[in-house]
Amino acid sequence: MTEPILKITGLNKSFGPVHVLHDVDLSLYPGEVTALVGDNGAGKSTLVKCIAGINSIDTGQIAFEGRPVTISDPRHATALGIEFVYQDLALADNLDITQNMFLGRETTKLGWFLSDGEMEQKARETLASLSVRTVSSVRQSVARLSGGQRQTVAIAKAVLWNSKVVFLDEPTAALGVAQTAEVLALVRRLADQGLAVVLISHNMNDVMQVSDRVAALYLGRVAAEVQTRETSTTQIVELITSGRSGDIGLTPAEARENI
Amino acid sequence: MSSTDSLDKARPERASEFSLDLERRGLREAAAEWWVKVRSGEPGALPSIIGLIVLGAIFYFSVSSQFLSSYNLGTVPGQGAYIAVIALGLVLVLLLGEIDLSAGTSGGACATIAAVAVNSGHLHHGLPDLFYWCLVIGMVAAIGVAVWLKVWLGAALALIGEVLILTNLTQHLVVAMIMAICVGAAIGILNGVLVAKVGIPSFVATLALFLAWGGVVKFGLKNQPIGVSGYNFWHDLTYGNLTPTISWIFTIVLVVAYLGWTTFRSIRLARAGLAHEALDLVLVRGGLLTVVAIVVTVWAVRNRNPSAASYLLIQGIPVPAAIAIVLMIVCTLALTKTTWGRHLYATGGNAEAAHRAGIDVVKIKVSAFMLCSMFAALGGILLASYQSSVALDLGSGNVLLFSVAAAVIGGTSLFGGRGRPRDAILGALVITVIPYGLSLKPSIDPAWQEVITGIVLLLAASVDAISRRRAPRL
Repeated sequence: MTEPILKITGLNKSFGPVHVLHDVDLSLYPGEVTALVGDNGAGKSTLVKCIAGINSIDTGQIAFEGRPVTISDPRHATALGIEFVYQDLALADNLDITQNMFLGRETTKLGWFLSDGEMEQKARETLASLSVRTVSSVRQSVARLSGGQRQTVAIAKAVLWNSKVVFLDEPTAALGVAQTAEVLALVRRLADQGLAVVLISHNMNDVMQVSDRVAALYLGRVAAEVQTRETSTTQIVELITSGRSGDIGLTPAEARENI
Repeated sequence: MSSTDSLDKARPERASEFSLDLERRGLREAAAEWWVKVRSGEPGALPSIIGLIVLGAIFYFSVSSQFLSSYNLGTVPGQGAYIAVIALGLVLVLLLGEIDLSAGTSGGACATIAAVAVNSGHLHHGLPDLFYWCLVIGMVAAIGVAVWLKVWLGAALALIGEVLILTNLTQHLVVAMIMAICVGAAIGILNGVLVAKVGIPSFVATLALFLAWGGVVKFGLKNQPIGVSGYNFWHDLTYGNLTPTISWIFTIVLVVAYLGWTTFRSIRLARAGLAHEALDLVLVRGGLLTVVAIVVTVWAVRNRNPSAASYLLIQGIPVPAAIAIVLMIVCTLALTKTTWGRHLYATGGNAEAAHRAGIDVVKIKVSAFMLCSMFAALGGILLASYQSSVALDLGSGNVLLFSVAAAVIGGTSLFGGRGRPRDAILGALVITVIPYGLSLKPSIDPAWQEVITGIVLLLAASVDAISRRRAPRL
């Protein structure tokens, strides 16, 4: 198998007396969709925030492209090419698609003045490269878009900057059937273009449909990392709810430790 | 057969990709799109223009036909310029979803300082001692805060203001006014810090300062109003006119620049395959604007003096109108063409998104408050010019409320994210036309002014609220 682009080893994180993440190991590979699953409170959000630089880490290493890195600020993550699409999408409704995609990183001429034409061109190219067919104008106000289109714009915004790793937090949570299919197809295309994609989801259908690997968190530990095609929905649900399933997962002693 | 099949299959797919961007948008499409926008909650300038026409018709037909006399109409810009200028600044703050209630009295305080400076030769002699040293220290504090928050323009302006306060250069009127505007910048930095850094709701923070500045005006004047009609430059800010030649140059430069810019942009974007307005639409709109500008200028350069016996010529575009128009253009360019403007809209639309996108939200807010108070300072100077004196209550009373009303009547949303500088000018016209129309018939109780203004504002706010409900998410 190829080298992991992002490799986390032995990550520990406590908030006061609460040990939220226990020796978490996780590897992300380019061209793969890794589903990060776990019950509420299992530590998914904390793990993502540690990687994003929003939370500091207590012990453990993060290696990006083989080099150890310290991410202590969200901007460090962005500079490395790690992008995050949070559930609330963070889009400004009063701006159009192009303006949102370039927000905070506008292309300028003479330092202060916006070069809107260039940005519009690039926004269109990015959406076209993701085979997005549902957006009829990149000059549309984001307020007028459907939930799926908004998700699409948020994802396109994340990959506009030649990013290498993209974290998607529940991208289909608020979407209907057709829009979910659309967004999942987009997630797959991102991976096919060589990005490492992390899909955080509660929806087993989505996980089974689009992911290559599943990492299940159980009370702050990685219960198991399995190939999606070698597992089943039942097994993942067992890993999420009890930390083990058959002979994979945590040992009974480990699983009980935090209860 | 097979080749045509594949073509047919390819076509609809291509058409759906950004079809709206690449399709030529002609006059009819633009009109249809505009109508959709109006119906779905973005009425733009329509309500204020309809309001102006309705009010004008009411006044003309039921109050006095003097409504359209050229002498009377020529005084409208002078009566409304201070409202327009303060409203321009307020638009910047309203775009953030904040408000600056202190704009009226802080402008009054700045105008007071300017008047005291020219009146007494040196601020130190004119102001009470305590006041003077508070001002000197306050400006240093503003410089420090601006540097801390990396608002470099604010730091530079406050520094210039500080230097002018300490020197006797302010005996010259223009320098004194520049100083007043720099003091305005410092006041705005204070507002911005209280709101964006300390976290006081802008309504409360600026309400408190509204009260405080009102008292500061009285201290600064030592309870003695200062007349300013003796200073020609100050007087002419309201009552002066551009000479006919300069009026024509003013109009022609603006019209040619607008026509050239929009036409060139339409052609350039079309060539580059970007979303653009079709050339015929640009030309029709530009042509309409040109006709209006030329008609207004032809009318303005004629002698407006109603008394045939008098040799005094009153002709040319009124200075206050020129000031308001130039400031509106500068604001529009800053808001639509610079990263600062884009970040301001983004912060008003979704501050959290702006923050995550790496925008320094605090800096944007402080800079908006700073500019608002600078506009307020200029507004205070214009108000003093209109009233011919720096009165003890300069900028208090209805000044601020009329300015907020102007911005809202023009179409700026109180909820942030939506509004344009143009709104401030149109709204100020509506606000000014009401007392102007009522004053034409002395038998009408002036109390009607407030009642009618209130009703107009209520209508405008209803349009805003209803349009927000119809708009998808705005």
